[in-house]
Amino acid sequence: MVSNIKSKYAANELNLNKAKFKHNIIALAIWSTALLTVSLPLMMLWTIGVEGFPQLSLQFLLTEPTHAGRSGGILPMLISTLWILCICLVTVVPIGLGCALYLSECVTADSTIGRIVGLSLDVLSGVPSIVFGLFGYAVFAIQLGLGFSILSGGLSLACMVLPLFIRTTEQALRACPTAYRRAAEALDLSLFAFVARILLPSAASNIAIAFIISTGRALAETAVLIFTAGYVTRIPSHWSDSGRALSVHIYDLSMNVPGGQPNAAATAVVLMLLIIVINLVAHRLSKRWQLLE
Amino acid sequence: MYDEISKISALESDQTEKLHNKQAILPPSTKPSAERITAPPVSLTNVSVRYNDLIAIEQANLDVPAGQITALVGPSGCGKSSLLSTINRMTDTIPGCHVSGEIWVGDKNILHTSTDLSYLRRQVGMVFQQPNPFPLSIEENIRFPLKEHGIRDKATVNHMIESVLTQVGLWPEVNSRLKQNALRLSGGQQQRLCIARCLALKPSVILFDEPCSALDPLASATVEELIKQLTPTYTVLMVTHNLAQARRIADHIAVCWMQSGCGCIIESGDTESIFERPIHPITRAFCQGDKG
Ligand SMILES: Nc1ncnc2c1ncn2[C@@H]1O[C@H](COP(=O)(O)OP(=O)(O)OP(=O)(O)O)[C@@H](O)[C@H]1O
Ligand SMILES: [Mg+2]
Repeated sequence: MVSNIKSKYAANELNLNKAKFKHNIIALAIWSTALLTVSLPLMMLWTIGVEGFPQLSLQFLLTEPTHAGRSGGILPMLISTLWILCICLVTVVPIGLGCALYLSECVTADSTIGRIVGLSLDVLSGVPSIVFGLFGYAVFAIQLGLGFSILSGGLSLACMVLPLFIRTTEQALRACPTAYRRAAEALDLSLFAFVARILLPSAASNIAIAFIISTGRALAETAVLIFTAGYVTRIPSHWSDSGRALSVHIYDLSMNVPGGQPNAAATAVVLMLLIIVINLVAHRLSKRWQLLE
Repeated sequence: MYDEISKISALESDQTEKLHNKQAILPPSTKPSAERITAPPVSLTNVSVRYNDLIAIEQANLDVPAGQITALVGPSGCGKSSLLSTINRMTDTIPGCHVSGEIWVGDKNILHTSTDLSYLRRQVGMVFQQPNPFPLSIEENIRFPLKEHGIRDKATVNHMIESVLTQVGLWPEVNSRLKQNALRLSGGQQQRLCIARCLALKPSVILFDEPCSALDPLASATVEELIKQLTPTYTVLMVTHNLAQARRIADHIAVCWMQSGCGCIIESGDTESIFERPIHPITRAFCQGDKG
């Protein structure tokens, strides 16, 4: 009797150990995937940083390139990039916000119009960026006569970023608790008042994140800009001037200019730092925004 | 009893006085606000609520007497919330929801297409199960809806904020931190703020959908007491799961039950008769459960 119980107990113990072992293996697997995800960007930074950091200096940021970019700095590219980014975002934010509001507030997800808009957004976001480049070239550069210019580049980029911004913003708006909507409805608040005072502020931090994601996407884009904003390494003095974006510069230095690798890496470091800084600023802003209300 | 009557008559004379004052001072075009001073009765006749193919409420009849508390009780899912939200037509915006029958608020059938929805929402206020103050400051929670309804004068608004917060007993607790975010209040305080926000628009009928079920017993008792104080100025219809609570504060009870797949009002009457002399066997079992 007693031995019977003992053996049962032992068997239980064994099972328990097995379960523990299994548990440990699974935990290890999950940990290592997490570690991999964390180490990936670090490895990337390391590879680029080792080559790029030695080139970095204030001088690098504030001078124009020489020898097709092998030496000298990236001032014109920085300025062009910011110009293009500004035009892109100035176009994307109002249109995108309006469309996202329409999708989240004015139509139900299963209505015909809602489905049509949703479908076209999904198609748009699946289009390869090179196609947006060709489209921008054909429409903005040629048909509208804007030529290779900051404006063409910014607008083409806007077309590409728009679906991403709309979708992420729509999600941000939909995340607003239904309790607020119900309260607003019961109090007979106008849609405008609800959107302006409750919906947008409560979704602000997530919209900021949508903005960041879009900015990152726009900053990183190369293919669209090669065809529309052009290659010229001068400082643009007007939005109708051609200008070379940072990402195009990186591409050009590493593909077309023998010996351009170190400066390409340095430019890449600048680009990544820029993205990190934008992230931090937006994060701060969204936090501040939440506290204000 | 006598106290009650004197209270009512005092209030009535107060109201007639206000009415006279208003008519003396204001031009005739502002009469609607004078009309709203006395709470109207609400009466539902053969009301059915349907969500696409699902019939949530079938042929409900219910009388909510003016200036009294009526509690709607019944098991979960029998359509109490659905029925409640037909009265301020919140059901309009639920996709696939259809309401038929007649709902009389005062002398108007509010299901009629000519109903001024904006007027109705001001006349019939609603408080929800989960406290849902806006993510604004405490005072802004009240000021913002007032502003939206065209009441912008600073002194009037501030006076209104103080008066409704006093009415719900929040004023002593929050008057030093009106600018603080309302979401930092406790659950019970948030619920009372929601009631204050509702009162600020001067409704005459107030719908409560399980106003205490997300609160702890103490906060729940406070809100309960507050609802009791709302009569006879307001007509109150309250959904509750808590039979003891219904018995404590309601003048009338309506019992909602699932019958052959759809919700029905199986019995209604004043509280005492529903608890002491229920006619319907289900009501008897339901209310006996409360006693036992
Ligand atoms: N928006 C909706 N769409 C479809 N069906 C709904 C919707 N809201 C409620 N229902 C259905 O209507 C019926 C009644 O729901 P209701 O919320 O009115 O019940 P209730 O009595 O308030 O329940 P509880 O006590 O749990 O709050 C349920 O079967 C529910 O599934
Ligand atoms: Mg309910």
